[in-house]
Amino acid sequence: MGLLDQRFENGNVFITSLDNLLNWARLSSLWQMQFGLACCAIEMMAASASNFDIMRFGVIPRSTPRQVDVMFVAGTVTIKMASRIKRLYDQMSEPRYVISMGSCATCGGPYWEHGYHVLKGVDRVIPVDVYIPGCPPRPEALLEGIMKLQEKVRRESLAKKRAQEV
Amino acid sequence: MTAHEIFNILKTKFGDALIETKLSAAGGSASIGYAMQMWISIAPDKIREICLFLRDDSAMQFDYLSCLSGVDYNNGTLGIVYHLTSMVYKHKIVLKTYCTKDNPHIQSVSDVWGTANWHEREVFDLFGIIIDGHPDLRRILLPDDWEGNPLRKDYKVQEFYHGIKVPY
Amino acid sequence: MLTEFGKAFIFILIGGFFVTLGLLSAWIFRPHRPYPEKNATYECGEEPVGSAWIRINVRFYVTALIFLIFDVEVAFLFPWALVYRQFGLFVFLEMAIFLFILFIGYAYVWVKGDLSWDKPKPQIPTINRTIIMSARMESVTAFEEDEDNECME
Repeated sequence: MGLLDQRFENGNVFITSLDNLLNWARLSSLWQMQFGLACCAIEMMAASASNFDIMRFGVIPRSTPRQVDVMFVAGTVTIKMASRIKRLYDQMSEPRYVISMGSCATCGGPYWEHGYHVLKGVDRVIPVDVYIPGCPPRPEALLEGIMKLQEKVRRESLAKKRAQEV
Repeated sequence: MTAHEIFNILKTKFGDALIETKLSAAGGSASIGYAMQMWISIAPDKIREICLFLRDDSAMQFDYLSCLSGVDYNNGTLGIVYHLTSMVYKHKIVLKTYCTKDNPHIQSVSDVWGTANWHEREVFDLFGIIIDGHPDLRRILLPDDWEGNPLRKDYKVQEFYHGIKVPY
Repeated sequence: MLTEFGKAFIFILIGGFFVTLGLLSAWIFRPHRPYPEKNATYECGEEPVGSAWIRINVRFYVTALIFLIFDVEVAFLFPWALVYRQFGLFVFLEMAIFLFILFIGYAYVWVKGDLSWDKPKPQIPTINRTIIMSARMESVTAFEEDEDNECME
């Protein structure tokens, strides 16, 4: 029902500055779905606390997927949990992004060889935008991951087709 | 009460059920600290009776099952290890039972100690030992349609689970 | 030139304009890509089981109803309290009769038990084994009297 959604093939000045405005608004208020699964959740909490403070980036934790822009998958994803993650990702509304935090969510982490029930990387079930390596990554690394996501959001455009279309 | 005394009492009462024991620690007295290294092995069809006796007897009073774990001995035998503690008399003992991989059945002690309920479900889930008499025997950690028992030595992880590739 | 009501009307218009502007701009720019999995009911990632229409205890409705009645009574009390002195005893007695009628209703609700909030009854678990309490108590007193922490050796 969006009026200008997917209407413009060529950009023009109006669209460019509108893009800038829209992208700036979106990247300054990336609400996150707190999805702390394991030890990386502690680092996510540390990043949310006063010393590193992701709220100054506009990142507010919400518990429901309907109100969020970004899902931080922080921690080891088991295969039993993978179907829930897929369902929750489906219930997020566009524009939606995923940050895979820590090595377990990126590639299975230390459980890659013998972990029979560990999902070797959350990108086997959902598309990921930013990968943050580390076990666990320091809060500054999480902040850098958020900034990389902000750069990605800044490059988006109403005119260009976005990669993640359903 | 030391492990030797407990063993002697059990031997007089249930002599034929006790298969073997390991009761001497290397260079140490049989105090409570070494009791965890000493174990008494029980025949699988008598384990529930012996556990009831150990819980209810006035001199034993083992009212706390600290741990229940499964073992795969890699020679066709599976087993369960019980760590019992008495909160009344502060003594401890370790019991073991065995079963074969072809006929993995062991009696349940979940009505003797409530702790055993979930521990036995875990043993069923990860080793495939069927616990007879358990009120609610189903998988507890893995999903219900998982194939195989992962903690067995000959376990091969499945390739796909609902379309998700499982190995690396 | 503008009455007081007129100024309030201007406020209402501007407020409505802001709300409309927000909703309109959201409608213009937002993506709209519904699909069945996205529209499914949220149940923390699980498949939704059962209907979301559950029966709620009637005590919430009863409390709200009683509150409403006495709130309206208070709303009547406010203007009366400002002007009753100018009118003498008759107006005072009139309000007293009104309050008395409502007080009868309040007493009725109280006696019938509609003001009590249902508390759940705690279920104390029962243990079906024979603990020899004398031996247990002995070990407890031995622990309490154990000053040199001999039990840890």
